Amino acid sequence: MTQPVSPPRDSTDKIPSAGQPPVWRGMVARADLRTLSLLGVLAALILVGGITKPDEFLDTRNLQLVLTQGSVIGVVTVGMTFVIMSGGIDLSVGAIVALASVWATTVATQEYGFAGILFTAVLVGVGCGLVNGLLIAYGGMVPFIATLAMLASARGLALQITDGATQIVTIDSVLDLGERDAYILGIPPLVMVFAVVTIIGWLILNRTTFGRRTVAVGGNAEAARLAGIDVRRQRLYLYLLSGLCCGIAAFLLIILSGSGQNTNGNLYELDAIAAAIIGGTLLSGGRGTIVGSVLGVLIFTTITNIFALNNLQSDVQQIAKGAIIVAAVLVQRRTASTT
Amino acid sequence: MAPEPPLLSMSGITKSFPGVRALDGVDLDVQAGEVHCLLGQNGAGKSTLIKVLAGAHQPDDGTITWRGEPVTLRSPIAAMRLGIATIYQELDLVEHLSVAENVHLGHEPTTAGFVVRGKVAKASTAALLKRLGHPEVDPGRLVGELSAAQQQIVSMARALSHDVRLIVMDEPSAALDPEEVDNLFRIVGDLTADGVAVVYISHRLEEIRRIGDRVTVLKDGRAVAGGLPAKSTPTREVVAMMTGRNVEYVFPERRPATPTDSGTAPVLEVQGLAREGEFAPVDLAVRPGEIVGLAGLVGSGRSEILETIYGARKPTAGQVVVDGRALRPGSVRAAVRAGLGLAPEERKAQALLMLESVTRNVSVSSMSRFARGGWIDRGAELGAARAATRELSLRPDNPSVPVRTLSGGNQQKAVLARWLLRGCRVLLLDEPTRGVDVGARAELYAVIRRLADEGLAVLLVSSEVPEVLGLADRVLVLREGRVVHTAPARELDEHRVLDLVMEGAPVASASSAAGSSAAGEGGPAS
Repeated sequence: MTQPVSPPRDSTDKIPSAGQPPVWRGMVARADLRTLSLLGVLAALILVGGITKPDEFLDTRNLQLVLTQGSVIGVVTVGMTFVIMSGGIDLSVGAIVALASVWATTVATQEYGFAGILFTAVLVGVGCGLVNGLLIAYGGMVPFIATLAMLASARGLALQITDGATQIVTIDSVLDLGERDAYILGIPPLVMVFAVVTIIGWLILNRTTFGRRTVAVGGNAEAARLAGIDVRRQRLYLYLLSGLCCGIAAFLLIILSGSGQNTNGNLYELDAIAAAIIGGTLLSGGRGTIVGSVLGVLIFTTITNIFALNNLQSDVQQIAKGAIIVAAVLVQRRTASTT
Repeated sequence: MAPEPPLLSMSGITKSFPGVRALDGVDLDVQAGEVHCLLGQNGAGKSTLIKVLAGAHQPDDGTITWRGEPVTLRSPIAAMRLGIATIYQELDLVEHLSVAENVHLGHEPTTAGFVVRGKVAKASTAALLKRLGHPEVDPGRLVGELSAAQQQIVSMARALSHDVRLIVMDEPSAALDPEEVDNLFRIVGDLTADGVAVVYISHRLEEIRRIGDRVTVLKDGRAVAGGLPAKSTPTREVVAMMTGRNVEYVFPERRPATPTDSGTAPVLEVQGLAREGEFAPVDLAVRPGEIVGLAGLVGSGRSEILETIYGARKPTAGQVVVDGRALRPGSVRAAVRAGLGLAPEERKAQALLMLESVTRNVSVSSMSRFARGGWIDRGAELGAARAATRELSLRPDNPSVPVRTLSGGNQQKAVLARWLLRGCRVLLLDEPTRGVDVGARAELYAVIRRLADEGLAVLLVSSEVPEVLGLADRVLVLREGRVVHTAPARELDEHRVLDLVMEGAPVASASSAAGSSAAGEGGPAS
């Protein structure tokens, strides 16, 4: 057996489903019990919002606002999902968003206009991700510790750059993207970016060798190593990817707020981890879905919105979020043990 | 044979885990005051049996009788209350607590139910340590600061702090120096003199000769012999029971002229490969179409050699040459790229992605073949996985099912299919039939032979001597990290190999391992 086995042509013809199904069929097949239950929770929340504040909640502007707010944390969560799938964790996402947003809005950067801001935000994100990745993959540091160190230093650097001041964006082409005039068919550009990142993330995870390696490393790193996968390089790439997502999120946040602040992205790490977990991602790695994580983000954002509309303070919101995390994980444990 | 009822009597103990029957109707009788040795290869069921005895596993079937009364050991605490203590190989001590705190963990002497009486605990711990011959261990020291031998003493003190009648010791001598082993044996002697029974697990036959009263041999989840006299049963008989066959297998026929004779250039050459403390320099060559077997007991270095060839361990000397080119040492990726494939001993922990489908498990090492720019053509992937699994008659004939639902034999076929699909040229098989149902083994043998006939070079490690002799063309016999004999399989028989793998037996080869026990101390397979 010196030749690799090649697929006999007729074997795929005999079984129609063995061919490549269209993308949407794969998505439907994945719409399993867990995804459906998340959709159910989201539907119930929309119902609650519609009943308690029918005029305000279902208003187009409000729905646009909810989605826009979800976009920033949503992009971060897509990157976080990959990292957690591989058995890792990235605590530094919020701090990276802060650092990228202030670095991209300094007076010096703004001289280069739109491209300067976008380029700097992405580069800072990728750069931080590179440091995380090198420390974890080749420095042998535990992800929790390495990214905790990044959290502290990136926040510190962001404060040093701004000296606590809010850096106002003066580039009109950036600010315009947040205006209603830029909406296409009623969809804000930020939400479109989120949608594109989600789709690309889904495709990478489910359709590429990169996604397969991520799952393999998270499911059984030793088996992945003995199967010939470069586990360390894969880990490096994963933290780079998370950093890239943070850079994109920072750019979205700059558009949204029209400024850069060192307090940006506060506690994003907790929101992103929580969204991934209630979306069904195993914290130990090896299993998770992008769709679940995105639904997790939408659930959280919708709750925040409904509570705000009903004049409930953030303390109540936090308690509700905590309860949802506990409930989601308990439900998942039960469904996991029955299947 | 004893007039009084046995202290412990386990009968018909059965325990299954998904995909494998770990215990299949095991009987074990232990008398008060005896040292009852439990022998068996890795995976024979020893650890499952002692976990049942410790209350950590619940048996699916069978009865346990303790001092004449039927009992159920619902939890480790229940077992401990009856007086059964277990000292595991990986000691379950808390490193950041003191010796006294560890000894009394869970049953601290208290005032008013919650105030720990530290002085009392220390005093009673000191008394226990003295009884165990180690008065020099300070009860106030942190366990993490102690040597492995001292930690074991603490573990034993903990067992004795309960009113114990039976102590299970799982390979207690594995981490000990010779003089510490002597002290251990003295302690075992003292305990049995007090009427405490000891269930002693070891791979070292000479220890069993020294302290054992009776021996029970486990193999493939069954007790192949129960209550043999430990001192007088011939060693060869004991080893044959551990490594031999209960069932006669039909091994596939070898080709009349093996590549060994034909002068074909070897595809794999191992030159002076060594790892300090694990195995001495090894030379071997495997030609296309040839199956070379490594025979040896646990601790002989057989798995370590295989994993070092594969790059999963870094050699301290020597090199691995494939097709005349030396591989980068200690690199799995270099080995895989050169055409090596490994089916490791611990299939679930080292080879399989248990949450994934058969297809993904098979394609994981050759993903890029189905990908353009990282984009996987899933139709081609599925087709190729199906072709590879069909080639090996993997059941069920549906590569989309999760790999965890397969039987042990079919999981092994999924691992083989992975390397078949990769187009690998050298297959390294570490205990290929471990955890494979007895009935499915013959089929696996036929598959391995067919792959070799199609031109693969196969290096096979097995602790089962008949398996090596039946399957391999050429056999290297290992003892304590050294190759002690090399011969064509047809020139060897089971008795000859058993003599060779056992210590103290006459060795034909000049590179005798007598007095080289240091080589074997280093790395017994865990």
